[in-house]
Amino acid sequence: MGINYLYPPFEIMRNQDRCITCRVCERQCANLVHHYDEDKKRMTADESLCVNCHRCVSLCPTRALKIVKTDHIFKENANWKSEVIEDIYRQAGTGGVLLASMGTPKDYPVYWDKMLINASQVTNPSIDPLREPMETRTYLGRKSSKISRDAEGRIIPNSSGQLKLDIPIMFSAMSYGSISYNAHKSLAMAASELGTFYNTGEGGLHKDFYHYGKNTIVQVASGRFGVHPEYLNAGAAIEIKMGQGAKPGIGGHLPGSKIGEDISATRMIPLHADAISPAPHHDIYSIEDLRQLVYALKEATRYTKPVIVKVAAVHNISAIASGIARSGADIIAIDGFRGGTGAAPARIRDNVGIPIELALASVDQRLRQEGIRGNVSLVVGGSIRSSSDVIKAIALGADAIYIATSALIALGCHLCRTCHSGKCNWGIATQNPELVKRLNPEVGSNHLVNLLTAWNHEIKEMMGGMGINSIEALRGNRLMLRGIGLNETELKILGIAHAGQ
Amino acid sequence: MKRIYVNEMWCLGCHLCEYYCAYANSGVKDMVKALKDKQIQARITVEQRGAISFAVNCRHCTEPLCVKSCIGGAITSKDGVIVIDQSRCVLCYSCIMACPYGALTPAVEGVMQKCELCTTNSQGQPACIQGCPNKAIVFEER
Repeated sequence: MGINYLYPPFEIMRNQDRCITCRVCERQCANLVHHYDEDKKRMTADESLCVNCHRCVSLCPTRALKIVKTDHIFKENANWKSEVIEDIYRQAGTGGVLLASMGTPKDYPVYWDKMLINASQVTNPSIDPLREPMETRTYLGRKSSKISRDAEGRIIPNSSGQLKLDIPIMFSAMSYGSISYNAHKSLAMAASELGTFYNTGEGGLHKDFYHYGKNTIVQVASGRFGVHPEYLNAGAAIEIKMGQGAKPGIGGHLPGSKIGEDISATRMIPLHADAISPAPHHDIYSIEDLRQLVYALKEATRYTKPVIVKVAAVHNISAIASGIARSGADIIAIDGFRGGTGAAPARIRDNVGIPIELALASVDQRLRQEGIRGNVSLVVGGSIRSSSDVIKAIALGADAIYIATSALIALGCHLCRTCHSGKCNWGIATQNPELVKRLNPEVGSNHLVNLLTAWNHEIKEMMGGMGINSIEALRGNRLMLRGIGLNETELKILGIAHAGQ
Repeated sequence: MKRIYVNEMWCLGCHLCEYYCAYANSGVKDMVKALKDKQIQARITVEQRGAISFAVNCRHCTEPLCVKSCIGGAITSKDGVIVIDQSRCVLCYSCIMACPYGALTPAVEGVMQKCELCTTNSQGQPACIQGCPNKAIVFEER
């Protein structure tokens, strides 16, 4: 067995006075942490297997359990922190790339938390959304810069292929494979009830979900999994995935162990074969190449569906977005570096990319300066955590928001960040049928609908407070934001004044 | 009439329904005090083989064989809910023989007990429904 350098990070505190040995913790833990000791007639646990997902804690009927961080320490060192030392032990032991899941947990600045929202006082009236109309409906797609009128002066509608969103929030791409059938179904059901969209991700669309088509965005990624004419025509829009915020510059790898019959059929790949998405699209090496794919997809769908190009937020994002806006794409989706993933190399997730707030502000600014902002709609994602983040993103220039981590949390995810193990105790990031059934889509979709309904109420309240009654009037309205604790450069990039100015 | 139905597709075999049932019918306010170090007496049982599991309790049949079989007149139908008057049970086990679902069990103290849809305890709604973490047990009109 050799020497084990790693001490378990968590301790399982069981209040034996409260434990009724119902064994629900034991039955519900896919990591086999808990077991019943017949001799002692009590439950015990092996904390070295615990991932701190809280499944046992949440289901324990007498609240006999809690998980705490171990207070076992290395000798304190501001430079060689315990995680750094442990990672070295791990790599010295395995020789492998460190894998991680969900968004980066590192302590980078969260600019949403350094921006404050305005409200009306005295000189301009605020609006009560319960008494007056408040519009959260928005449309995504290319906007014409010309208005033409008929003989009677009525506007002739000239926008085509617009996505209509009843709330300015969509569920971003999570493939069937990275998440379970029931998680996908929950998202699809919620999107259709809310009048918004969910996104297939790169794993194709399961045959059972074609009837959610008008609330589905179908994705075409570098692996082209599950892409065929019927698939492209099934959705309301097509998204070309060039990059992902959590792992810009690299592809994906769904291990063969997760490629069961359903996923194999949906992705159109052999059973139990690894699904490897290349880092680049092998047919895209320039904006011109991207344009070819955009138009190939438009051609395949008879120019009825908008095309989204999704990119990760990286250093020269505004120049990239400018190119995309000229490629014929209707919508640009930008994914910030705090975005989630089912699996990514930890070093890439934690060190590559830039914050979505800065990327969004600079892209919106650049497209305006170049006079091409109307060519595209901007959708941003990568850790939008609340309705106030949504308001701030729209005020910085976003047309709509993508959420995924928030949605998974609503489905029960506790951000234990071990999706890559495939043993998600909440039935989300797993393909094990025993675990998948733990997420009843009826319950899941209800939670998602509740979450976005609540956010929509809050968005209306905050817009009303600012004296604004539509998303259109808030969009790019940076006067509604003030920075707090930000330096000159940050304020300049965000295009906002400091609080007090 | 609203009855308890189980969808085995969503049953996780966690057995929580049994514990919530036993607690609800214990009459004790504290769940720990009611169940700790005791043999629980649930009126719902999770049947399990391999990956399939589902909870079984009284179906509250429209033609209840247990009522017909009860020699003491302890089991009766009250507005469709099959209830038992434990003071009249003579422990003949005829109901056990008659019930095709195995929904009646003898309590540890001796007399028979059965699911009464939590109409005779302080729950209001069946406790198994409230305790099920995955909505595998529902209480509805069908």
